[in-house]
Amino acid sequence: MSPAGARAPRPRALEVLAPGPSTTVQDLGRPGLAHLGVGASGTADRGAHRLAQRLVGNPEGAAGLEVVLGGLRVRARGALLVAAAGAPAGLRVDGRAAATRCPVVVPDGAVLELAAPPTGVRTVLAVRGGIQVPAVLGSRSTDVLAGLGPAAVAAGDVLPVGVPDEAGCTAPVVDLAPPVRPDRGGPAVLRAVPGPREDWFAPGTLQALARTPWTAGRDGDRVGLRLAGEPLVRSRPGELPSEGVVRGSLQVPPSGLPTLLLADHPVTGGYPVVAVVVDADVDRAAQLRPGDAVRFVLLPPPATSPPGPDPRAGAAGTAPPTLAR
Amino acid sequence: MPEPGAPAPGAPVRLRPCGDAALLVEVDPDGEGAAGVLGSVLALHAALRADPPAGLVDLVPAARTVLVRLRPGSDPARAAAHVRAVAARAAGPAAAAPGPAGCGTGEGRAGAEVEVPVVYDGPDLAEAAAALGTDPAGLVARHTGRPWTAAFAGFAPGFAYCVQDAPAAGGTGGAPERAWDVPRRASPRTSVPAGSVGLAGPFSGVYPRRAPGGWQLVGRTEVRLWDVGRDPPALLAPGARVRFVDAGGGAR
Repeated sequence: MSPAGARAPRPRALEVLAPGPSTTVQDLGRPGLAHLGVGASGTADRGAHRLAQRLVGNPEGAAGLEVVLGGLRVRARGALLVAAAGAPAGLRVDGRAAATRCPVVVPDGAVLELAAPPTGVRTVLAVRGGIQVPAVLGSRSTDVLAGLGPAAVAAGDVLPVGVPDEAGCTAPVVDLAPPVRPDRGGPAVLRAVPGPREDWFAPGTLQALARTPWTAGRDGDRVGLRLAGEPLVRSRPGELPSEGVVRGSLQVPPSGLPTLLLADHPVTGGYPVVAVVVDADVDRAAQLRPGDAVRFVLLPPPATSPPGPDPRAGAAGTAPPTLAR
Repeated sequence: MPEPGAPAPGAPVRLRPCGDAALLVEVDPDGEGAAGVLGSVLALHAALRADPPAGLVDLVPAARTVLVRLRPGSDPARAAAHVRAVAARAAGPAAAAPGPAGCGTGEGRAGAEVEVPVVYDGPDLAEAAAALGTDPAGLVARHTGRPWTAAFAGFAPGFAYCVQDAPAAGGTGGAPERAWDVPRRASPRTSVPAGSVGLAGPFSGVYPRRAPGGWQLVGRTEVRLWDVGRDPPALLAPGARVRFVDAGGGAR
């Protein structure tokens, strides 16, 4: 346990004293490999991740820590600049309170602690220079479903931190980022687009989806969040032939209770997807705690237009800018 | 009566909305589910790789769909028009058949035939053979008799759903063989070893790592299906041609 007695400056790192309930290294994931059976994974709250990285002058794709329900304790090796965003976990440096959503200096040897946040689930901790564990297929993200990327963070881990000059960092330029989604209480409102398999459900199911007060289940993880409420009624039994699913899909197993797919969702699924939460609202879903109230607001689907009488229409030349309907 | 594996030329596509940053392209909108649909999926996947819509992030080919994932903020209507045009071209008879001709734009290994030596001693060999109306030796002969094509991936990194080529037109004059249609195990195993060669429905596949699974296990291979230190890490990307070879002297 005693550090090597070398005089040379030690490499910058975070020494993990306690990981809390669940902490993983995350960046923006590994999109583009789904045809190999590899999901995008990456940070569950992309907005919080990007903000935290920007606050310390990192490129947005740098790796940070995704800390579930606080509890993380780390010791700085070298003086580090950190920022926390996402779930508002209280931050302490050697016992002294520090602000979230702002750059914070952690002196060499100081202990940084994250308390359990009063709301939300995941706090992103960015470190200037980025967490530099080895990348797997272009990403440092832990994909808990596929078993790709670094192992979950554990006590005793020493997580290397990059040198800002080599990591593409710029000077931090803001002192504080005000909250952009103040918590006004009431249910989380998620916008969703019907389909692709709304025709697997009884008439009126979309209205029921929008009308039902849902609550977040207790066993949510990076793969998905189960919702409790009045079960949706399927008009067809069984499973679909497997088909690709996206982050935000509301997949409905035979129980009728939807699972909202999050960052580490499987690449394909066999349960029909009744609607898909719009991309910009999935971050909010990833911050839902067990028992939190959820409402869905349905949007009209984007115009994809049904097949016309001649499916080859538009095949010649370039695609028209819009499909007028 | 179309032969199993026969292409479905001109199969129309149906575009289904999938949130605000994706489209689900259904190649088999009427749900016929014929094995030939996989050839159309492969052809569409290859065509969209070669001529991607603006803002493309990812293509996910599956049993009868191709999911087109777009960068958030892209215009799904514009992508839809592009996909429709590409699909109309890909549905032409020349592009619909599975095989090297339809897969030339896949991953680096596509087009080449990957040999997978198999020891046919799986715990479900006899049961799977019975389901196909043959015996273990007959199953091995069929499994190794013609090449397979990796149609799509899923379930786990590097797991490829492979479908066997249709018999050559005219055949050899023997008794007509039943199409691959092997039921999944009623109760999935909690742990299937890496390298297990399985059958389910019209598909054969090899488990890239230890995982729970419900496929009927007919054999095992030493070949590594997935290796993150390799480029590409998946041995079998969509479009890859696979030949299973009997490495253990027939069924055991």
